Amino acid sequence: MEPKTLFDKVWDAHVVEEIEGGPSVLYIDKHLIHEVTSPQAFTGLEQRGLKVFRPEKTIATPDHNIPTENQHLTIKDELSRKQVETLTANCKKNNISLYGLLHPYNGIVHVVGPELGHTQPGMTVVCGDSHTSTHGAFGAVAFGIGTSEVEMVLATQCVLQPKPKKMRITIDGDLQKGVTAKDLTLYVISQLGTGGATGYFVEYAGSAVRSLSMEGRMTVCNMSIEMGARGGMIAPDEVTFEYVKGREFAPKGKDWDTALAKWEELKSDEAAVFDREYNFKASDIEPMLTYGTNPGMGTGITGNIPNAENVVATELPSFKKSLEYMGFGLGDKLIGKKVDYVFVGSCTNGRIEDLRMLASVVKGRKKADSVTAWIVPGSKQVEKQAQQEGLIEILEEAGFKLRQPGCSACLAMNDDKIPAGKYSVSTSNRNFEGRQGPGARTLLASPLTAAAAAVTGVITDPRDLF
Amino acid sequence: MPIDKFRILESTYVPLPAENVDTDQIIPARFLKATDREGFGENLFRDWRYAADGTPNNDFVLNKSEYSGKILVGGKNFGSGSSREHAAWAIHDYGFKVVVSSFFADIFKNNALNNGVLPVTVSSEFLIKIFQAVEKDGKQKLVIDLQNQSIRLNGHVEIFEINSYKKNCLLNGFDDIDYLLNKKDKIEAFEA
Repeated sequence: MEPKTLFDKVWDAHVVEEIEGGPSVLYIDKHLIHEVTSPQAFTGLEQRGLKVFRPEKTIATPDHNIPTENQHLTIKDELSRKQVETLTANCKKNNISLYGLLHPYNGIVHVVGPELGHTQPGMTVVCGDSHTSTHGAFGAVAFGIGTSEVEMVLATQCVLQPKPKKMRITIDGDLQKGVTAKDLTLYVISQLGTGGATGYFVEYAGSAVRSLSMEGRMTVCNMSIEMGARGGMIAPDEVTFEYVKGREFAPKGKDWDTALAKWEELKSDEAAVFDREYNFKASDIEPMLTYGTNPGMGTGITGNIPNAENVVATELPSFKKSLEYMGFGLGDKLIGKKVDYVFVGSCTNGRIEDLRMLASVVKGRKKADSVTAWIVPGSKQVEKQAQQEGLIEILEEAGFKLRQPGCSACLAMNDDKIPAGKYSVSTSNRNFEGRQGPGARTLLASPLTAAAAAVTGVITDPRDLF
Repeated sequence: MPIDKFRILESTYVPLPAENVDTDQIIPARFLKATDREGFGENLFRDWRYAADGTPNNDFVLNKSEYSGKILVGGKNFGSGSSREHAAWAIHDYGFKVVVSSFFADIFKNNALNNGVLPVTVSSEFLIKIFQAVEKDGKQKLVIDLQNQSIRLNGHVEIFEINSYKKNCLLNGFDDIDYLLNKKDKIEAFEA
């Protein structure tokens, strides 16, 4: 038998039909939906006179536009409320499980799926959201789709997709103290660039990746799209199985044994060939920070913004335009720059481990008066666990407050908008112009670096606070 | 929904030479709150097109009277970022039928095709020629022929790639859901 990559194994097992000279008909095991990219798909379905084909394979949770305060009240913004109500009505009508506002399972779709055990190794997972790549951390083929494709899945439980090429990124060695999964992924993206993996599905490998927790692995896979990859995945191992076992929707008893036997086979064959390979050393990575307006514009926190001679000549106009937006200059040092806002949350870094990291830095310190901090758990479950672990008390003692779950300031669809011109150190995934609000200036970082900025009011190397 | 049929398009074009034009620029998240597909063209490139107070930014290409047409030409890595199909809807709703670039993000490319907007990938050299030609003459035209997979600028012709399935869909106005619905038996057999 021809050697296969992990990606091939999962993809090939889900191909219903290959169209000659075209995409494959790919069967989807788990479909996640939210309020923003699904309404037009349900309308399309109705206009065609169709029903949802396999409602039990779709899970819904509102997350993108919901407020992160006073969730018990009616949503004030009329359009947001209408989107949430539309999602509720569509789910009810089509018998789709919905974790609505204040439901104990509500939260960001990519936090909820894994923590409830919906996401499992070897699955195909799609959602009308590009950060669906998160679920690849379990050895699933998971990718974001557009609304027309959401409609396809609702109608037929399949999507038409061209098979991407395969890339392996291997990171070996030990991460230094204070260097997190977020730094690892920002480092890789800074090396490959924002379109460096376009057309590829990435497998992450190597001892540095193996040593990450499931939360860390989700952070890495989540950011795959930021270098253009269709998705990212990591072969499941003991860490994965341990995480999945016992979760509400994970297989139980005999089913667990059967599933486990299959999951243990999910790894790239030794002789499998990738279209592209990259190798990095974990010891080269320091806490990372972005300074520009795409996630590839990042550097080690002790570094400087590149000078003109270090930028490819043809890219210099775009580079300068980006720095102008950020209010930074060529060659600027990052440490010591003023910070106005700190956002800890999102599907990238809104999990329990991220809140633990935050708490570890702010414990015994105080939030800087000049900083506005928004701490947003990824889900109700994360919120509950933070409470049980006493993290909320630590945060409150340091002058922080935990908001309610949602996507929040990652994309600023709700009221959590960074004002124009203000600097935000954010644990989210995108630093595009206006992403966190019109004119907002975003610096992407890990929860540790965000915490260090929050207590000092300036860009600070978190390692200086240990 | 059935998409527009596409055969040959000859049109003037709008140049947007910026690289890495992400979908947050094409349509900012705060305009994604609609529950239907119409009207997104109004807010296409909102934050580049208008100042915060809503007055048009005269430096932005969509506000310059010398440029118009059904073709948008963007810099490298067009459509990166979010999977929001609203970006393709906004481009379609504004009146563009084709987007030309030297490199497209994958999800945007799929979304565009699913809405009858043809993404045409050209070489970086050809892209430079396209930008230079329109700088000299705003009424410069491009001819895109889907059947022959060609894009023509005056005497220069390049062939572009598109998979034969999607090409057939666009030529005939077919959409993927119709195709998949015809496969229901196969899908059910796969599930068994």
